[in-house]
Amino acid sequence: MSITQLEADAQAAEGAPEQAIEGRSQWQLTWRRLLSDKVAVVSLIIIAIMVALAIAAPAFAALTGHPATTAYPNTGESAAGLPVGPGTNGFWLGTDGTGRDLFVRILYGARISLFVGVVTTLIATVAGVTIGMIAGYFGGVVDTVLSRFVDAVLAFPYVVLALALAVVLGPSLTVIMGVIAFFSWAGISRIVRGQTLSLKEKEYIEAARSLGAGPIRIMFVHILPNLLAPVLVLSTLYIPQAIIFEATLSYLGLGIQQPTASWGNILGDAQNFYQQAWWYVVFPAAALLITTLAFNLLGDGVRDAMDPRTERLFAAARRRKADRARRKVGKRGDLPAASQPGEA
Amino acid sequence: MAIVRFLIRRILTGAVVLWIVATAAFFLFFARPIATVAHQLAGRAATPQVIAEVTRNLGLNQPILVQYWHFLDKLVHGNLGFSFYTGQSVNQMIKQDLPPTVSLVVGGVVLWLIAGLGVGIISATRARSLFDRFSAVAVLIGISMPVFVIGELLLLVVFVPLNQHGFHWIQDQYAGPSAGIGTWIGHLILPWITLAAVQAAIYTRLTRGQLLDVLGEDYIRMARAKGLSERRVVFRHGVRAALTPVVSQLGVDVGQLLGGVIVVESVFGLNGIGQVSVQAIYTDNLPVIIGFVILAAAFVVVANLIVDLTYAILDPRVRIA
Repeated sequence: MSITQLEADAQAAEGAPEQAIEGRSQWQLTWRRLLSDKVAVVSLIIIAIMVALAIAAPAFAALTGHPATTAYPNTGESAAGLPVGPGTNGFWLGTDGTGRDLFVRILYGARISLFVGVVTTLIATVAGVTIGMIAGYFGGVVDTVLSRFVDAVLAFPYVVLALALAVVLGPSLTVIMGVIAFFSWAGISRIVRGQTLSLKEKEYIEAARSLGAGPIRIMFVHILPNLLAPVLVLSTLYIPQAIIFEATLSYLGLGIQQPTASWGNILGDAQNFYQQAWWYVVFPAAALLITTLAFNLLGDGVRDAMDPRTERLFAAARRRKADRARRKVGKRGDLPAASQPGEA
Repeated sequence: MAIVRFLIRRILTGAVVLWIVATAAFFLFFARPIATVAHQLAGRAATPQVIAEVTRNLGLNQPILVQYWHFLDKLVHGNLGFSFYTGQSVNQMIKQDLPPTVSLVVGGVVLWLIAGLGVGIISATRARSLFDRFSAVAVLIGISMPVFVIGELLLLVVFVPLNQHGFHWIQDQYAGPSAGIGTWIGHLILPWITLAAVQAAIYTRLTRGQLLDVLGEDYIRMARAKGLSERRVVFRHGVRAALTPVVSQLGVDVGQLLGGVIVVESVFGLNGIGQVSVQAIYTDNLPVIIGFVILAAAFVVVANLIVDLTYAILDPRVRIA
């Protein structure tokens, strides 16, 4: 789609030589391709709305008059002490198990989820890229030690260990983010190492070295920019993973603690009420799913925009299909030309 | 001969990994103020003497290295110690809690392989078709869904309405196959679906990607050129080569999952390895935690070993060295 558009642009430029040809960097091209991808744009908009809602959480708390951690035993619970449904007594999405405003709590949960998702991914990316680049660039003993370490982190029964760390260090936001980052960097590191291994053999690296550039300069000035594309794609896809990880820890009661709201601990509490209060499960689950889905779709969009090769793969598949159709016609004997021996 | 040497080396490295995991777990948890355990055991109004005695009975008053030595000594004799609270042996607890976890994993694997491989193969052979697009959306939803959300939604939309209308076949909690195959399936069908949903999404994506790559290779064109049927090209030449990474992923996943499917077990109250180890973590039940962590790591190590061996069988290019 965008490629044909670019071709059209190029033809237009050829037809009108007085029109200056605009130079576009790789990133500009990527951005344009991304914007022409409807799914990616919708995901971006959804994420923007989520971020806006998360930032505006206190405003909504003021608007509804229900702070996130205040329980309303009189208006927020039925006579039997159960949560009240959406729209009752001014609770837009109903209340939770202790009579707090579910809508406001979901908004505050969005703050935690988005913050944890983005910040842990940043930490994991910086650590993963640095370690992967060092391992790949220096090779030898450094590589062996770092790679074995990466293997160990990837091989550990990480859910149990993450839970254990959360308990030992006491569940807090910092600990949770540390734990998630600790179990996320290794995957990034492994990929970065592989890329660095092939990049460092390139001629321009040799040229930089012969000009007297040190290892630090070569790694951060010459290799890093070429790693940004795969790393960006990977990090976008790690954000939803981190969000799910946090939600899971909080769901098990080992993450964000009450009364602070997080989507995970809301859903954990909701488990005691799912028979009586569907909204208690459905709304936080929907918020979580919409957010992770938007990030995953955006990640796929970024990958497609960065790597037009996937598009070419499909073009190849289409060609094969057309070939096959032609062969079928050939089998009927109408077109004997295709099966001439020695032609392939 | 080569294979014997390979096995010996792998078993030795596996033992080292297990030792590292066990040691890490031991010291990690020892760092916690163990006094809380003695306090809880000694009861509400315990005198300091009682607490001291409880601590001594549990062996928690000895220096950490002495305790570590006792722990290792018992470990090499295959004794994982005893629960602080019930005095039950950890080996016994594992025997008791393993069946729900194994049932869950086995059924889940069957479901997710059927779904993942089936959809993946169809998507790859019909790339960019309507089916492929739908499956891509389904895969994304599966990947974006935390396991416990799927579980809770299944409880909400399947379990609750069915039971309200007097249809009691589908249940939560665990019932062994000895209670009747029908009951067993009824109790596990929702956990299986929950576990399989996320995994099937990952396997669909993996199978599709691998098969697409393989189908672009020259030898596939060769197979087509010599006039093989499309079915034979895809299954005999394509799928077989594409499966190698899928098999290795399967081994790693099964190894990880046998160590406890914490979330699914917690959602459905299955009382398997995962749920019991989380309870042990809540209560600082050190021997149980370490025992279960070692068990989980052992599953991972063994699974990796099996994967490497299968690799050599599936892909003749891989040499065991």
